Amino acid sequence: MKLHFDLATVLQGDYGALFLHGVGLTLAMAGLAWCLSLVVGVLLTLIRLTNRRPCTMFVSTFVAYHRNVPTLVQILFWYFGISTLLPMTLQDWLNQYNGQFIFAVIAIGLCSGAYLSEDIRSGLRAISYGQYEASRALGLNFIKGMRYVILPQALRNSIPPMVNHAVVLFKNTSLAMAIGAAELTYVTRKVENETFLSFESYLVATVLYLALSLVIMLAGARIAAHYRIPGVK
Amino acid sequence: MFDVLRENWTLLLIGQYPHGPIGGIVVTILLSVSALVIAIPLGILVALARISHFKVLRAPATGLVYAVRGVPLLMVIFWVYFLVPVLTGYPVTGFVTMLCALVIYDSAYLGEIIRAGIEALPKGQVEASRALGMSYLKTMRAVILPQALYNVVPSMVTQFVSTIKETSLGYIINVQELSFAADQINNRLLTKPFPVYLILALSYFVLCYALTQLAHYLERRVTRKRAGKGNKTGNKTRAGVEQPLLEAAVSEQ
Repeated sequence: MKLHFDLATVLQGDYGALFLHGVGLTLAMAGLAWCLSLVVGVLLTLIRLTNRRPCTMFVSTFVAYHRNVPTLVQILFWYFGISTLLPMTLQDWLNQYNGQFIFAVIAIGLCSGAYLSEDIRSGLRAISYGQYEASRALGLNFIKGMRYVILPQALRNSIPPMVNHAVVLFKNTSLAMAIGAAELTYVTRKVENETFLSFESYLVATVLYLALSLVIMLAGARIAAHYRIPGVK
Repeated sequence: MFDVLRENWTLLLIGQYPHGPIGGIVVTILLSVSALVIAIPLGILVALARISHFKVLRAPATGLVYAVRGVPLLMVIFWVYFLVPVLTGYPVTGFVTMLCALVIYDSAYLGEIIRAGIEALPKGQVEASRALGMSYLKTMRAVILPQALYNVVPSMVTQFVSTIKETSLGYIINVQELSFAADQINNRLLTKPFPVYLILALSYFVLCYALTQLAHYLERRVTRKRAGKGNKTGNKTRAGVEQPLLEAAVSEQ
């Protein structure tokens, strides 16, 4: 092993700019996918709350599929499989405008949405049925009961698992390199192939991933602490 | 879809085995089982280090857990891919690379699972066995770990499912597992990507869904067993704690 350590090369000039681009794309991907997962998660929870048999069946199938198929396979399926079923004009448009990025966001967002709906559901299930009954007995309708009584308690319960899944989502963006989206891992491979400085390139990427994940974990802990009811665990 | 499956099922199942390297779903299962088997003892060590009184043990274990939680598995795979040949001086195959990365990843996650299992046991268990004159090691081996490991078996099965899903990343470094086989088929047929990737997704689904159901079944079994024996062994579940409290409140009135 050569003991030559050259961090400056991979951090300056073109390579530094590449890394910066990679981080930017990773963050954009994670942010967009997270927004999508939030929408999907809330929608799935609402559909499940209707308690109609076809609706709950649909949600549980959706969740089971996304929990039991590897995220990488889901990304590949979207990019290579489902994309071929789209109309030709849409396919051309996607090929022109960074289709890899869009399909990765869709796949990762849907997958996290399934997990998120489970988090919200377990938060809701932890609220005892007496709370529903009490809110109805006080004259609140379903919406108001949810808005003022159930959700404030349920969402507090859901914060820790939601933060965990946000970190998982952030890490999953690295899988988008398999379809050629130029995010951080892809960029790292590129820099490594061009400079042959494997150790340095991986070190930079690892530190960046770790730092950003820790920021998410820390922010999550702050949010959980902020919304904690004093005296309640 | 069915004609694709009929013509290529052997490649998905065992790869090119009699005429070439073994691959497909067999390698996926082999990889995940061996990763988990190697990772369980390491996970126990990580768990014991995480709850140790000595900072020398606690700090590196905590560091490992946070590193694994914060860094994508793909990054760990690339590290192993590059570091293991440099450190050992031997070239390693994709299978071994993947195995090492999975063992590192799983031992941290299993460590957290086992730690949760140990911490869920009542403190009296350690105190009682120490009072009986057992050493730390004997306490752990004969009293704590048998209970803790039994209680976390469902979570371990869930971790096994995660490991199976993670083996799909082997595709990126050309390990000949299930996703790689599907990619080979796709490259040969060229015109049928949708059925090929649908078959791939469904194969993983069938495998993992069965194991998830097994985990649910074990979960119910463990909960029932703990609740049934809760009062006798002092191995309290949530229900076991709440029940006497409720009775006490009623009798006071």
